[in-house]
Amino acid sequence: MKPPPFSYHDPRTVSDAVKLLASLENAKLLAGGQSLMPMLNFRFVQPDHIIDLNRVEGLSYIRESGGMLEIGAMTRQRDLEFSDVVKARWPIMHEALLQVGHRQTRNRGTIGGSLCHLDPAAELVALATGYDATVTAVGPNGQREVPFAEFPVAYMTPSIELNEMVVGVRFPQWAPKHGYAFVEFARRHGDFAITSAAVLLEGDASGKITRASVTIGGMGTAPSRAREVEAAITGQVPAGNMFREACETCRKLEAISDVHAPAEYRQHLATVMSRRALEKAYARLTGTETAPARPH
Amino acid sequence: MGESRKISLTVNGKRYENQEVEVRVTLADFIRHQLGLTGTHLGCEHGVCGACTILFDGLSARSCLMLAVQADGHELLTVEGIAPSPDELHPLQQAFHENHGLQCGFCTPGMLTTLLEFLRDNPDPTEQEVRIAISGNLCRCTGYQNIVISALDAAKRLQAVK
Repeated sequence: MKPPPFSYHDPRTVSDAVKLLASLENAKLLAGGQSLMPMLNFRFVQPDHIIDLNRVEGLSYIRESGGMLEIGAMTRQRDLEFSDVVKARWPIMHEALLQVGHRQTRNRGTIGGSLCHLDPAAELVALATGYDATVTAVGPNGQREVPFAEFPVAYMTPSIELNEMVVGVRFPQWAPKHGYAFVEFARRHGDFAITSAAVLLEGDASGKITRASVTIGGMGTAPSRAREVEAAITGQVPAGNMFREACETCRKLEAISDVHAPAEYRQHLATVMSRRALEKAYARLTGTETAPARPH
Repeated sequence: MGESRKISLTVNGKRYENQEVEVRVTLADFIRHQLGLTGTHLGCEHGVCGACTILFDGLSARSCLMLAVQADGHELLTVEGIAPSPDELHPLQQAFHENHGLQCGFCTPGMLTTLLEFLRDNPDPTEQEVRIAISGNLCRCTGYQNIVISALDAAKRLQAVK
């Protein structure tokens, strides 16, 4: 349970980090280390070089700009959790972060690291999917923007080249008064969810849903949008079993079977988590939320 | 021995200069084997049990998930640095002592460092908040009940001190 031998590099600038990435074979970027370090300890990965990003300047920031939340790749999950801007304008991120690991891991874990590790059950990955976030990557040929829908290419594999690194991510803003909820089922608090649901809603004065984003995490090889649910509820005033019936379509989403749960169980959870998230988000949208929010 | 570097850092208020450390050594192993501060315990060595929790620049972190070289220039607090003096316990430690908040003591260093940060940020917590705060620290003896009681008692003691 000790990391294998490697050469260690701690560049101070993004351009130095990119140069190292371009010149070194079998190199791994070390961000917050909350996934890579266990993998090193287990020797699941055996890189020849570790490029530690913790001393790179200018990669830790939270900025509101032009209706977008701009986050530096090395921004700690803790900083996002305690950010007033995030709490006020991107409140689902605050709610989701409280379910990301524990205080000790959020103090170190970064948003860039979470997104690039790309665990299908990771809360921040589900949010980036739900928001259609945009990832900024830098490589030897300069900078490029990657829409999050194109970011996962396979299980835990982002569409980032070996000589590129993620430097930031942008989350668009929803209407000042929008409904939101992040609901997950995990065996223990702080575990990766077996299945999660992230919901954003906009509505009009009559209570009609005018815009919806419903994301299911922990199901397939990456979080995915429940487009059938979104289509079924947009333009509707919820009544009766509308959410329940709409969420039944989640049973058809692709799901993986693993040691934690079989696919059918995840598909069942997806119908339940998405319904609960929709009910909570709609209550928040219309100001009718009654039950106190669950503390984390 | 593989690649190594020299690092300088402060641990429990004491300055350590130019400590030679292999770059692959975790911060936890460095603290235990090179600094001889064996109060920091290693349970799982992959970030699950919380026993190796220390404060890194005042924030709790799992020292098994960091490299020692990353601590160069930083300030650490381990369980050895919590008590104000060799013959006096911190109110948090006193609360654990009086409420039977430990049995074998293996998880205790991590519990104490985690709660030290938590009670600083949240001086008047609810029982549920305490349970969530220690959800990343495994204890196989107490069933957690007396740890929660200790933490709530410590909160009262720390407020009384203020």
